[in-house]
Amino acid sequence: MRTQVPVVVAFLTGFALLVSFFFNENTWIGQISSEIKIWVTIVGGFTLLLGVVSITRVNWAAVKGRKEGWGYKVVTLISIFAMAIPAVFPSTWSPLFGRAEGSIYDWLFVYLDSPMMATMFATLAFYIASAAYRAFRARTPESTILLLTATAVMLWRVPMGEAFLNLFPGNIPEFLNTYIMNGANMAVQRGIIIGAALGAASMSLRIILGIERTYMGKG
Amino acid sequence: MCESGLFYWANGCFNRLSGRSLKREIYFDNWPYSFILAQPMRNPRLHNLRKLSLSVILALFPVSAWAQSSNELIRFDRFNAFILLVVFSAAVLIYTNWAKRGKTLFLRKIPGLDAVEEAVGRATEMGRPVLFIPGIAELDEIETIAGISILGRVAKITAQYETPLMVPVRYPLVLAAGQEVVEQAYIEMGKGDAYDKDTVRYVAGEQFAFTANVNGYMMRERPATNIYMGAFFAESLLLAETGNAAGSIQIAGTARPEQLPFFIAACVYTLMGEELYAASAYLSHEPVMLGGLKGQDFVKMLLIIALVIGILLVTFGWGDTYVTWFDAV
Repeated sequence: MRTQVPVVVAFLTGFALLVSFFFNENTWIGQISSEIKIWVTIVGGFTLLLGVVSITRVNWAAVKGRKEGWGYKVVTLISIFAMAIPAVFPSTWSPLFGRAEGSIYDWLFVYLDSPMMATMFATLAFYIASAAYRAFRARTPESTILLLTATAVMLWRVPMGEAFLNLFPGNIPEFLNTYIMNGANMAVQRGIIIGAALGAASMSLRIILGIERTYMGKG
Repeated sequence: MCESGLFYWANGCFNRLSGRSLKREIYFDNWPYSFILAQPMRNPRLHNLRKLSLSVILALFPVSAWAQSSNELIRFDRFNAFILLVVFSAAVLIYTNWAKRGKTLFLRKIPGLDAVEEAVGRATEMGRPVLFIPGIAELDEIETIAGISILGRVAKITAQYETPLMVPVRYPLVLAAGQEVVEQAYIEMGKGDAYDKDTVRYVAGEQFAFTANVNGYMMRERPATNIYMGAFFAESLLLAETGNAAGSIQIAGTARPEQLPFFIAACVYTLMGEELYAASAYLSHEPVMLGGLKGQDFVKMLLIIALVIGILLVTFGWGDTYVTWFDAV
């Protein structure tokens, strides 16, 4: 029963979505797709509670056991509830409640959450530098070609570099754009995308037809 | 602008099905339609002949050339996608049937997947955990489902070796699915008692909060093996570089071409595109699932042939009609 029901649900849902794709969105069959997406959002909303329970249990266990770094777990727990609880109450009770501008939720989001996210994203520049250093070491003929191509493309991508490349005859920036980026690079990317799309379609078919059940831990 | 007998015939069928009157307008931009519709229709036999001819053209020539009217029941502009779906499904089913009958199917080696067991074994020897991330997308992404499928296989190996496994997730739906899959894997390996419900844990809903948490875990716990399988975005390099700095053996797999260079630079093995979706079938060694992969390869071969024909036609300036066949696909 635990295997059969999910397989039947997967078949019916997948088949309905497939059929829906070939019907106009104005018809009821064509609207099945958007209806199912709404159901997914609703189910996702309910499962949010699972997430809160999981994060609370894991962090509380660490605090209770005084595990290494338990102080950070306390901050995590306080942050979750400090963000969530005032947002749940209606703003009619107090301007600090709800999620409108000036509420506690909004203040925490604008002045703490967003800057922290931006900081994390900004560190990517340093990671790219270290990864590029490793990737572009000219140890083999292939990696040497990669190094030369990447150097030329990086030069072309910055205005000063493009001005420098224009000093040489032969319109190097145009060559890079036509043959490297829109030629070799795009051809390889499209090859990967076509392969991935076929792979996704094949996996979807295997799931719809009940051949693949590994997503339930079976097989 | 013309009206087609075929469409009236088709309309009759739809009207009977839907009880609705559908008026269609068709726009033709290529010669087969124009030629047939230009023929006189006084003779009823010729009318039938015209309907038959148009039916044949319907199957052979680009339906995408027909403009989509907002009150149509069926999306005829997606007819070519329908043909591809039928061919694809038939190929998958035929090869699966062959596999069921015991026909040996050749499958090329995927070193990244062969290395999974070895990498978990390394973690066992070092007494350190295995970190598995099934991407950061929601469960409605097929990449996430592929990641969850591979997680089941990895969990079986960690259960067998009794190696600690840590699976941080970004969405509660993925949490529920991941917990189910890992628990099932432990039960199947006879290690149900060793299963810890917090193996799969919800970490954060925000992309970079998730990344910060996982990076912190990597630097504190120093997992011996990191496996990234699923949909990744800007955080791919943040995760992979931190794992590299922590000295972990890393295996990644994603279908996003823009993230592949980052994983290739920082991981030992990277599954590219279709290899991610093939992973569950490859690791299972089940003939029935391998049949699906062979069906996929067959369609890929057809597409390669179609591409070569397209390149030749476009090169010689005869490819306009041919290209429109693939518009909706």
